[in-house]
Amino acid sequence: MTATLLLVQVLNGLQFGILLFLVAAGLTLVFGVMDFINLAHGVQYMIGAYLGATLAALTGSFWFGLLLALPAALVFGLLLEVLVFRHFYERDHLSQVLATFGVILVLNQGVKAVFGAAPMQMPLPEALSGGVRIMEGLLYPSYRLAILAAGLVTAGLLWFLVERTKLGMLVRAGASNAPMLSALGVDVRRLFMMVFGFGAMLAGFAGAMAAPILSVEPGMGDNLLILAFVVIVIGGIGSIRGAFLAALIVGLVETIGRSMMPDLMRLFLDPSAARQTGAALASMLIYIVMAAILAFRPAGLFPVRT
Amino acid sequence: MTWRDAALPAGVFAALALAPFLGFGQSHSLTLLARAMIFAMAAISLMLLVGGAGLVSLGHAAMMGVGAYAVVVLDHARITEAWAVLPAGVGATALFALATGAIAIRTSGVHFIMITLAFGQMAFFTASSLALFGGDDGYTLYGRTEIFGARLLEDRLAFHFACLFCLVAAWALVRALLASRFGRVLRAARENETRVRALGLEPYPYRLAAYVIAGAIGGLAGVLLANATEFVAPAYLAWQRSGDLLFMVILGGLAGPHGALLGALAFVLVEEWLATLTEHWRLIFGPLLILCVLFLRGGIAGLLGRG
Repeated sequence: MTATLLLVQVLNGLQFGILLFLVAAGLTLVFGVMDFINLAHGVQYMIGAYLGATLAALTGSFWFGLLLALPAALVFGLLLEVLVFRHFYERDHLSQVLATFGVILVLNQGVKAVFGAAPMQMPLPEALSGGVRIMEGLLYPSYRLAILAAGLVTAGLLWFLVERTKLGMLVRAGASNAPMLSALGVDVRRLFMMVFGFGAMLAGFAGAMAAPILSVEPGMGDNLLILAFVVIVIGGIGSIRGAFLAALIVGLVETIGRSMMPDLMRLFLDPSAARQTGAALASMLIYIVMAAILAFRPAGLFPVRT
Repeated sequence: MTWRDAALPAGVFAALALAPFLGFGQSHSLTLLARAMIFAMAAISLMLLVGGAGLVSLGHAAMMGVGAYAVVVLDHARITEAWAVLPAGVGATALFALATGAIAIRTSGVHFIMITLAFGQMAFFTASSLALFGGDDGYTLYGRTEIFGARLLEDRLAFHFACLFCLVAAWALVRALLASRFGRVLRAARENETRVRALGLEPYPYRLAAYVIAGAIGGLAGVLLANATEFVAPAYLAWQRSGDLLFMVILGGLAGPHGALLGALAFVLVEEWLATLTEHWRLIFGPLLILCVLFLRGGIAGLLGRG
């Protein structure tokens, strides 16, 4: 394992972490403000990727596709909220889990019915299809750097929105005590709809940005959803700051673990056994990290409700 | 205890026992019924957790998976004797449940849902990386489990009744557990943990015991599932399968183990029926699920109870 390879893995890990954060941010706010557990949030990511790919193909431009995918993802999220989710806010977590599970079934299958089961491709934008020379002998794809930058800018905007504006103050108040906020005369339902739509848009943004480097296929959001849940549980439910830190931890652990574990195991085992155990350990690593963090801080790194 | 708690399941069991002789004896019907009974067992065990202890586990498919993979490991070593396979499958699952439950039960509410989901995913990825047993592609068994060296379960009818026997046993066990002092403590702790503690009872060991028992029954269902399909794949442990199991429990209703029984049978049969109608049956099944959760609060058992 050379320093160059490690640097590439760190960059890949950060970039994956940023994508995770964009998905987890909406999830943690929805969870924090309304105590609503939304398994269908990963589907928003998938919808974003499909919208991006389709709109880019229609308009013939990556940028128009990305730009149009955002409002489309927002509208789609609000539509789901009005049609399904709002009927389950007062219900227990079990009902919410099942109802949103139903939404996953429908949308995964719906996407398969409309676009087919084969993965879709979204072309890289012309300007970002090259690479950037980071150091001697290391050419890193500029599109991946762009994702990293766009994610960081979005995270910064989100931080500003949540920590420095009146709307953000209401969201934070809602996350720490929604009934009290409601008693103070704030329309929590409307606030929640905004948070929900915004979260759906962020997840869609992540999906559309990831579309050119991943295969766009039905069910692509399911695995990411589980990771996003790990992120918000580690970070503390309702905490944007926690979600950001946890997303980077999970992204780095996942990426670096996957590339280094088999090599690490080779120190103890013969190559074929090392490859197998290494791969198994690498996929388990983030869950082990989660269990370890929860063992010491049961409410996550940055608990919102005390 | 009303008549429904005993008479309704008794009727269902009788129907299942007679089904092969009433025109459902072809191999396709028997395969479907075996599948339905196996999932009913798993759903009944999950019902002990959800309905009894109030522990919503989104990782129950892992229990079936551990049981199924125990069959695979032994099959790979050419051990197919039931008296080795059954204790190994059930024991391995109970140990898995003990290890994961000991951590998971420390948490509650949403965290419990998430942590069981995480453990389920760990099991799923472990199964996917077992290259020796086919990895992602799964593993085809050399043959079904034998009983004293006799290939009794190769006969579809014998397998049907073996599944039915295990299903009735699982139902009776969960029903007896819920009615016992053990079950009362579980339910009391679900309703009000503080009061149970004030009575001098610590809910943790009761919950852990329930988790291990549920896991063991799930493991038995996994052993049977591996035998039914003679094939085991990581997809058996997918979290979507855990969601299916949870839906079976809710669809049937939380009034007792007969709810989970009805829910699982209805789920498997409706799924099969929709799949014959259209390739995109999930487009119908999903909204059906949402509507059931929204309007059918007492589940199928509650619906029958009102009539």
